[in-house]
Amino acid sequence: MGERQPAAESAGGFAVSRRSGRVSPDEAQEIAVRADADIVVARQRGRELAASLGFGPTDQTLIATAISELTRNIVLYAQRGRIVLKAIVGQGGKRGIMVVARDDGPGIPNVEQALQSGFSTSGGLGLGLPGVRRLTDEFHIASEVGHGTTVTVKKWNR
Amino acid sequence: MAVPILKQGQYLIASIQDALTDADLQQLRDALVAQVGRHRSRGVIVDITALDVMDSFAVRTVRDIAHMTRLRGAETVIVGMQPEVALSVVQLGLTLEGVHAALDLEEGLAFLDEKANAVRGGRPGG
Repeated sequence: MGERQPAAESAGGFAVSRRSGRVSPDEAQEIAVRADADIVVARQRGRELAASLGFGPTDQTLIATAISELTRNIVLYAQRGRIVLKAIVGQGGKRGIMVVARDDGPGIPNVEQALQSGFSTSGGLGLGLPGVRRLTDEFHIASEVGHGTTVTVKKWNR
Repeated sequence: MAVPILKQGQYLIASIQDALTDADLQQLRDALVAQVGRHRSRGVIVDITALDVMDSFAVRTVRDIAHMTRLRGAETVIVGMQPEVALSVVQLGLTLEGVHAALDLEEGLAFLDEKANAVRGGRPGG
Protein backbone atom coordinates (compact mmCIF):
# COMPACT_ATOMS: atom_id res chain seq x y z
CA MET A 1 0.00 0.00 0.00
CA GLY A 2 2.79 2.39 0.95
CA GLU A 3 4.57 1.74 -2.31
CA ARG A 4 4.68 4.59 -4.77
CA GLN A 5 3.36 3.95 -8.22
CA PRO A 6 5.48 5.10 -11.15
CA ALA A 7 2.73 7.59 -11.93
CA ALA A 8 3.29 9.38 -8.66
CA GLU A 9 6.95 9.97 -9.45
CA SER A 10 6.14 12.47 -12.13
CA ALA A 11 3.98 14.51 -9.78
CA GLY A 12 6.97 16.66 -8.86
CA GLY A 13 7.35 17.84 -12.44
CA PHE A 14 5.37 21.05 -12.46
CA ALA A 15 3.93 22.07 -15.76
CA VAL A 16 4.76 25.68 -15.07
CA SER A 17 7.95 27.29 -13.98
CA ARG A 18 6.80 29.69 -11.32
CA ARG A 19 10.00 31.67 -11.63
CA SER A 20 9.59 32.50 -15.29
CA GLY A 21 5.79 32.25 -15.31
CA ARG A 22 6.00 30.51 -18.66
CA VAL A 23 3.53 27.83 -19.48
CA SER A 24 4.45 24.71 -21.30
CA PRO A 25 1.23 23.07 -22.47
CA ASP A 26 2.89 19.73 -23.07
CA GLU A 27 3.75 18.94 -19.48
CA ALA A 28 1.24 17.45 -17.12
CA GLN A 29 1.40 16.58 -13.49
CA GLU A 30 -0.15 13.50 -12.07
CA ILE A 31 -1.32 12.93 -8.52
CA ALA A 32 -1.95 9.44 -7.21
CA VAL A 33 -5.18 9.26 -5.22
CA ARG A 34 -5.45 6.66 -2.49
CA ALA A 35 -6.75 8.36 0.65
CA ASP A 36 -8.75 11.39 1.71
CA ALA A 37 -5.53 13.32 2.41
CA ASP A 38 -4.85 13.18 -1.34
CA ILE A 39 -7.99 15.25 -1.91
CA VAL A 40 -6.28 18.21 -0.23
CA VAL A 41 -3.03 17.61 -2.15
CA ALA A 42 -4.82 17.47 -5.52
CA ARG A 43 -6.83 20.62 -5.00
CA GLN A 44 -3.82 22.56 -3.71
CA ARG A 45 -1.78 21.53 -6.77
CA GLY A 46 -4.68 22.58 -8.97
CA ARG A 47 -4.90 25.97 -7.29
CA GLU A 48 -1.13 26.49 -7.71
CA LEU A 49 -1.28 25.61 -11.38
CA ALA A 50 -4.33 27.84 -11.94
CA ALA A 51 -2.61 30.74 -10.16
CA SER A 52 0.52 30.33 -12.28
CA LEU A 53 -1.65 30.38 -15.41
CA GLY A 54 -3.05 33.76 -14.43
CA PHE A 55 -6.46 32.68 -13.12
CA GLY A 56 -7.84 35.09 -10.51
CA PRO A 57 -8.63 34.09 -6.92
CA THR A 58 -12.29 33.36 -7.72
CA ASP A 59 -11.52 30.97 -10.57
CA GLN A 60 -8.71 29.40 -8.55
CA THR A 61 -11.25 28.58 -5.85
CA LEU A 62 -13.80 27.21 -8.33
CA ILE A 63 -11.11 25.01 -9.92
CA ALA A 64 -9.85 23.78 -6.54
CA THR A 65 -13.41 22.99 -5.48
CA ALA A 66 -14.09 21.03 -8.67
CA ILE A 67 -10.87 19.04 -8.16
CA SER A 68 -11.87 18.37 -4.57
CA GLU A 69 -15.21 16.90 -5.68
CA LEU A 70 -13.66 14.80 -8.46
CA THR A 71 -10.95 13.45 -6.17
CA ARG A 72 -13.47 12.61 -3.48
CA ASN A 73 -15.50 10.62 -6.03
CA ILE A 74 -12.39 8.52 -6.69
CA VAL A 75 -11.79 7.89 -2.97
CA LEU A 76 -15.47 7.15 -2.32
CA TYR A 77 -16.31 4.95 -5.28
CA ALA A 78 -13.05 3.53 -6.62
CA GLN A 79 -10.69 3.79 -3.61
CA ARG A 80 -7.78 4.66 -5.89
CA GLY A 81 -7.10 6.50 -9.08
CA ARG A 82 -5.28 9.48 -10.52
CA ILE A 83 -5.74 13.18 -11.05
CA VAL A 84 -3.93 14.72 -14.01
CA LEU A 85 -3.51 18.49 -14.18
CA LYS A 86 -2.48 20.15 -17.40
CA ALA A 87 -2.06 23.65 -18.74
CA ILE A 88 -3.83 23.96 -22.08
CA VAL A 89 -3.99 26.56 -24.82
CA GLY A 90 -7.20 27.12 -26.73
CA GLN A 91 -8.35 29.07 -29.75
CA GLY A 92 -6.83 32.52 -29.99
CA GLY A 93 -4.11 31.52 -27.53
CA LYS A 94 -6.38 31.58 -24.51
CA ARG A 95 -5.01 29.74 -21.54
CA GLY A 96 -6.82 27.13 -19.59
CA ILE A 97 -6.50 24.27 -17.21
CA MET A 98 -7.54 20.70 -17.82
CA VAL A 99 -8.27 18.27 -15.03
CA VAL A 100 -8.61 14.55 -15.70
CA ALA A 101 -9.90 12.30 -12.92
CA ARG A 102 -9.37 8.65 -13.76
CA ASP A 103 -10.09 5.48 -11.87
CA ASP A 104 -10.42 1.76 -12.54
CA GLY A 105 -13.34 1.46 -10.15
CA PRO A 106 -16.78 -0.06 -10.62
CA GLY A 107 -17.92 2.51 -13.19
CA ILE A 108 -21.27 4.28 -13.33
CA PRO A 109 -24.17 2.17 -14.66
CA ASN A 110 -26.30 5.17 -15.58
CA VAL A 111 -24.22 8.24 -16.36
CA GLU A 112 -27.21 10.38 -17.27
CA GLN A 113 -28.78 9.71 -13.90
CA ALA A 114 -25.50 10.50 -12.12
CA LEU A 115 -25.47 13.89 -13.82
CA GLN A 116 -28.85 14.80 -12.38
CA SER A 117 -28.95 16.76 -9.17
CA GLY A 118 -29.95 14.70 -6.20
CA PHE A 119 -28.61 11.38 -7.39
CA SER A 120 -26.09 9.51 -5.30
CA THR A 121 -25.34 5.92 -4.49
CA SER A 122 -22.97 6.56 -1.59
CA GLY A 123 -25.30 8.39 0.72
CA GLY A 124 -23.62 11.65 -0.23
CA LEU A 125 -25.36 14.81 -1.25
CA GLY A 126 -25.67 13.51 -4.77
CA LEU A 127 -24.49 16.81 -6.18
CA GLY A 128 -20.94 15.88 -7.02
CA LEU A 129 -20.96 15.66 -10.79
CA PRO A 130 -23.64 18.26 -11.60
CA GLY A 131 -21.83 20.63 -9.24
CA VAL A 132 -18.48 20.02 -10.95
CA ARG A 133 -20.18 20.68 -14.27
CA ARG A 134 -21.41 24.05 -13.04
CA LEU A 135 -17.97 25.00 -11.70
CA THR A 136 -16.20 24.36 -15.00
CA ASP A 137 -16.52 25.41 -18.67
CA GLU A 138 -16.25 22.02 -20.32
CA PHE A 139 -17.21 18.67 -18.87
CA HIS A 140 -16.83 15.20 -20.30
CA ILE A 141 -17.40 11.84 -18.70
CA ALA A 142 -16.66 8.33 -19.93
CA SER A 143 -17.60 5.42 -17.75
CA GLU A 144 -17.78 1.70 -18.25
CA VAL A 145 -19.21 -0.67 -15.68
CA GLY A 146 -16.44 -2.87 -14.30
CA HIS A 147 -13.70 -0.84 -15.95
CA GLY A 148 -13.76 2.60 -14.42
CA THR A 149 -14.59 6.22 -14.94
CA THR A 150 -12.77 9.14 -16.51
CA VAL A 151 -14.01 12.67 -16.00
CA THR A 152 -12.34 15.48 -17.94
CA VAL A 153 -13.05 19.13 -17.20
CA LYS A 154 -11.61 22.33 -18.60
CA LYS A 155 -11.73 25.87 -17.41
CA TRP A 156 -10.62 28.81 -19.53
CA ASN A 157 -9.06 31.98 -18.28
CA ARG A 158 -11.20 34.88 -19.44
CA MET B 1 -4.24 18.54 11.89
CA ALA B 2 -6.50 19.18 14.84
CA VAL B 3 -8.42 22.45 15.02
CA PRO B 4 -7.87 24.33 18.30
CA ILE B 5 -11.06 24.91 20.26
CA LEU B 6 -11.06 27.82 22.72
CA LYS B 7 -13.57 28.25 25.52
CA GLN B 8 -14.72 31.81 26.01
CA GLY B 9 -17.42 32.18 28.64
CA GLN B 10 -20.45 30.22 27.50
CA TYR B 11 -19.10 29.90 23.98
CA LEU B 12 -16.69 27.65 22.14
CA ILE B 13 -14.59 29.08 19.34
CA ALA B 14 -13.06 26.75 16.77
CA SER B 15 -10.64 28.53 14.51
CA ILE B 16 -9.66 26.60 11.40
CA GLN B 17 -6.04 27.45 10.55
CA ASP B 18 -5.30 25.31 7.54
CA ALA B 19 -6.75 23.06 4.89
CA LEU B 20 -8.59 20.18 6.51
CA THR B 21 -8.92 16.61 5.36
CA ASP B 22 -12.25 14.80 5.68
CA ALA B 23 -10.92 13.06 8.80
CA ASP B 24 -9.92 16.41 10.34
CA LEU B 25 -13.40 17.78 9.71
CA GLN B 26 -15.07 14.79 11.32
CA GLN B 27 -12.72 15.10 14.27
CA LEU B 28 -13.68 18.76 14.66
CA ARG B 29 -17.37 17.84 14.55
CA ASP B 30 -17.00 15.19 17.25
CA ALA B 31 -14.80 17.40 19.45
CA LEU B 32 -17.28 20.29 19.32
CA VAL B 33 -20.27 18.11 20.07
CA ALA B 34 -18.43 16.59 23.04
CA GLN B 35 -17.13 19.90 24.40
CA VAL B 36 -20.55 21.56 24.26
CA GLY B 37 -21.55 19.05 26.91
CA ARG B 38 -18.35 19.24 28.93
CA HIS B 39 -18.40 23.04 29.20
CA ARG B 40 -22.19 23.47 29.12
CA SER B 41 -21.70 25.87 26.21
CA ARG B 42 -24.60 27.85 24.78
CA GLY B 43 -22.94 28.81 21.55
CA VAL B 44 -20.30 27.65 19.06
CA ILE B 45 -18.39 29.75 16.56
CA VAL B 46 -16.60 28.04 13.70
CA ASP B 47 -14.18 30.47 12.09
CA ILE B 48 -13.60 29.38 8.49
CA THR B 49 -11.68 32.49 7.39
CA ALA B 50 -8.63 30.37 6.53
CA LEU B 51 -10.63 27.73 4.65
CA ASP B 52 -9.87 28.19 0.94
CA VAL B 53 -12.12 25.42 -0.35
CA MET B 54 -15.49 24.23 0.89
CA ASP B 55 -16.64 21.25 -1.08
CA SER B 56 -19.74 19.13 -0.55
CA PHE B 57 -18.17 17.19 2.31
CA ALA B 58 -17.09 20.31 4.19
CA VAL B 59 -20.52 21.90 3.76
CA ARG B 60 -22.25 18.77 4.96
CA THR B 61 -19.97 18.46 7.98
CA VAL B 62 -20.50 22.10 8.97
CA ARG B 63 -24.24 21.53 8.68
CA ASP B 64 -23.93 18.44 10.85
CA ILE B 65 -21.99 20.43 13.46
CA ALA B 66 -24.76 23.04 13.59
CA HIS B 67 -27.55 20.49 13.85
CA MET B 68 -25.77 18.27 16.36
CA THR B 69 -24.74 21.10 18.69
CA ARG B 70 -28.29 22.49 18.53
CA LEU B 71 -29.57 19.13 19.76
CA ARG B 72 -27.15 19.59 22.66
CA GLY B 73 -28.44 23.08 23.43
CA ALA B 74 -25.90 25.26 21.65
CA GLU B 75 -26.29 27.46 18.58
CA THR B 76 -23.53 27.37 15.96
CA VAL B 77 -22.46 30.36 13.89
CA ILE B 78 -20.13 30.09 10.91
CA VAL B 79 -17.95 33.17 10.48
CA GLY B 80 -15.46 34.39 7.92
CA MET B 81 -16.52 32.65 4.71
CA GLN B 82 -14.45 34.12 1.87
CA PRO B 83 -16.41 35.58 -1.08
CA GLU B 84 -14.86 33.07 -3.52
CA VAL B 85 -15.81 30.21 -1.24
CA ALA B 86 -19.36 31.54 -0.99
CA LEU B 87 -19.55 31.59 -4.79
CA SER B 88 -18.29 28.03 -5.13
CA VAL B 89 -20.75 26.77 -2.51
CA VAL B 90 -23.63 28.41 -4.39
CA GLN B 91 -22.42 27.10 -7.75
CA LEU B 92 -22.13 23.60 -6.37
CA GLY B 93 -25.80 23.91 -5.47
CA LEU B 94 -25.13 23.38 -1.77
CA THR B 95 -27.09 25.00 1.01
CA LEU B 96 -26.29 25.61 4.64
CA GLU B 97 -29.90 25.37 5.77
CA GLY B 98 -30.42 25.99 9.42
CA VAL B 99 -26.85 27.21 9.89
CA HIS B 100 -26.29 30.75 11.14
CA ALA B 101 -23.57 32.75 9.46
CA ALA B 102 -21.89 36.04 10.29
CA LEU B 103 -19.25 38.14 8.58
CA ASP B 104 -16.53 37.78 11.20
CA LEU B 105 -15.78 36.71 14.76
CA GLU B 106 -17.05 39.98 16.25
CA GLU B 107 -20.39 39.71 14.45
CA GLY B 108 -20.64 36.06 15.39
CA LEU B 109 -20.18 36.81 19.09
CA ALA B 110 -22.72 39.67 18.85
CA PHE B 111 -25.21 37.28 17.27
CA LEU B 112 -24.78 34.72 20.03
CA ASP B 113 -25.08 37.42 22.73
CA GLU B 114 -28.31 38.65 21.14
CA LYS B 115 -29.66 35.11 21.07
CA ALA B 116 -28.72 34.56 24.71
CA ASN B 117 -30.39 37.83 25.73
CA ALA B 118 -33.52 36.99 23.78
CA VAL B 119 -33.76 33.67 25.62
CA ARG B 120 -33.34 35.38 29.01
CA GLY B 121 -35.59 38.40 28.39
CA GLY B 122 -37.83 37.12 25.63
CA ARG B 123 -40.80 36.00 27.73
CA PRO B 124 -44.27 37.04 26.60
CA GLY B 125 -44.84 40.71 27.35
CA GLY B 126 -41.19 41.10 28.32
